[in-house]
Amino acid sequence: MLALSLRGLTKTYQNGTQALKGIDLDVAEGDFFALLGPNGAGKTTSIGIVTSLVNKTAGSVKVFGIDADHDLEAAKSCIGLVPQEFNFNMFESPESIVANQAGFYGIPRALARERTEKYLRKLQLWDKRKVMARSLSGGMKRRLMIARALVHEPRLLILDEPTAGVDIEIRRSMWEFLREINEAGTTIILTTHYLEEAESLCRHIAIIDKGRIAMHDRMQDVLRRLHSETFVLNLRTPLSGAVPVLPVASAELADPSTLEVELTQHQDLNAVFAALTAADIHVVSMRNKVNRLEELFMRLVGQEETTGSAA
Amino acid sequence: MNLGKSRASRTFIGFLTILRREYGRIIRIWGQTLVPPAMTSTLYFIIFGGLIGQRVGAFDGIPYMEFIAPGLIMQAVITTSYGNVVSSFFGAKFGKHIEELLVSPLPPSVILLGYVGGGLIRGFLVGGLVTIVTLLFTHLHVDHPFLVLASVVLTSITFALGGFINAVFAKTFDQINWFPTFVLTPLTYFGGVFYSISVLPDWAQHLSHANPVLYMVNTFRYGFYSHSDVPVGTAFALMLATVAGLYVLAYVLLKRGTGIRD
Ligand SMILES: Nc1ncnc2c1ncn2[C@@H]1O[C@H](COP(=O)(O)OP(=O)(O)OP(=O)(O)O)[C@@H](O)[C@H]1O
Ligand SMILES: [Mg+2]
Repeated sequence: MLALSLRGLTKTYQNGTQALKGIDLDVAEGDFFALLGPNGAGKTTSIGIVTSLVNKTAGSVKVFGIDADHDLEAAKSCIGLVPQEFNFNMFESPESIVANQAGFYGIPRALARERTEKYLRKLQLWDKRKVMARSLSGGMKRRLMIARALVHEPRLLILDEPTAGVDIEIRRSMWEFLREINEAGTTIILTTHYLEEAESLCRHIAIIDKGRIAMHDRMQDVLRRLHSETFVLNLRTPLSGAVPVLPVASAELADPSTLEVELTQHQDLNAVFAALTAADIHVVSMRNKVNRLEELFMRLVGQEETTGSAA
Repeated sequence: MNLGKSRASRTFIGFLTILRREYGRIIRIWGQTLVPPAMTSTLYFIIFGGLIGQRVGAFDGIPYMEFIAPGLIMQAVITTSYGNVVSSFFGAKFGKHIEELLVSPLPPSVILLGYVGGGLIRGFLVGGLVTIVTLLFTHLHVDHPFLVLASVVLTSITFALGGFINAVFAKTFDQINWFPTFVLTPLTYFGGVFYSISVLPDWAQHLSHANPVLYMVNTFRYGFYSHSDVPVGTAFALMLATVAGLYVLAYVLLKRGTGIRD
């Protein structure tokens, strides 16, 4: 079963901006899905159409097989949304914001209160339940929107940059929490600009650029498509002479004690280390130059840009 | 959803939730929502009813203080029903929390009725307060309780819908003040709150019949004293037609997402 299926989705805003130029996208039930793309690519617009915050120009939206044009209410009741921008009443308390949202989805008051407590506790906001939402910190506000999106226990959870402005510790615990929810059966679609986040959480990925899907695949296959990878090696003693010949695509010194080596898929690190050992060069630590997904993303989106401007 | 409840009962819960939230808002900011109208009407009673009214004498055999009492209650109901919906809905648009309702499975009719219900609640709370103030100054005698109630409900709904439509089109806070200042206030003042239109010259009497507030104030007053400047049956028919017309307009605007959905 598909949790979400978009066909030929287009959107032209009233000012003439063509935000979406024909989006086709399928997300399977139970998936953890990343929707990536540069600023202005059309992520929020797509999500807006799915959650009926934006009127579409053309195309169709199906949520768990329910066509939104036929039964909008049924389609909407399956979705929980964490929007990109804060959109709760700043003068209300987290407790009433979450409980009221449950009410809008038809959940009786007693159950709504129970769920409110459950999710405010899970998102570490229970102590703040009675304050004015305005006085929450940025990260707390974002967590409040997550609690609000979960209170009706949707089958499909859509998060538009949920970890923007959230500190590292809480981001980690949010990841853990989202994984838990996903394992319990909730389909999750997430947009983010932290590619590390997408790589560690998501099983499928789509990259959207200038209103079109530039790529849509399994995360593993996507990463396998990377033809080369660059590693940064930190050396124990600065190199005075030239870089020795290494079995790599390229090798250069960023500074005397930092060596950057680029390996293609067919080259391996053992050979690199063997050559370095032979030259009596000692590596104390190593890391990827950029996150692997980031590397792919830059190439894909960068490429489009150059071909786009050439046309 | 897995609650085993019918769609109708879920929708009803949603409706009650909007009402609860609107009520919460009215109570939370009572200094803005409840106190000013009670204050204004107290001043009117002291100045018009007490000081000036003694010199005016009676209108159609009703002492002036008693004559203006229903009009003052109605005036408070009109401005607060309108004011509640226009500021609450515009605030929700401006603060984006209207999106909480737009993403939910509640159909537009229920969202609309929820906001109108909020206007009705505030209209009744304020109407009740002003009535209490009234009773401190004069006594009220009710001839037709059902008429009193029906005309307040219809009036409150009419202006709640008006406030909703205003909020849909408004883009700035100025635009939610424009209509109340330049249209609503003159209409209520010329709607026979402070006088019977029989004191006006002929042409002004005719013109007054084009003012919807005249019908509302007069049916309401008729409920108390069996005295009205206009035929009560006609007035009710006009009020019902106005409510129906405004409802359809507001519904279409909300369904289309005018002013709230790009
Ligand atoms: N209300 C609007 N009116 C007109 N144009 C809009 C509106 N909202 C978005 N756009 C335009 O549509 C395009 C897509 O915007 P969208 O918000 O969907 O991008 P995004 O992928 O979510 O970007 P970001 O990563 O910055 O959040 C942009 O060119 C944007 O300027
Ligand atoms: Mg966005």
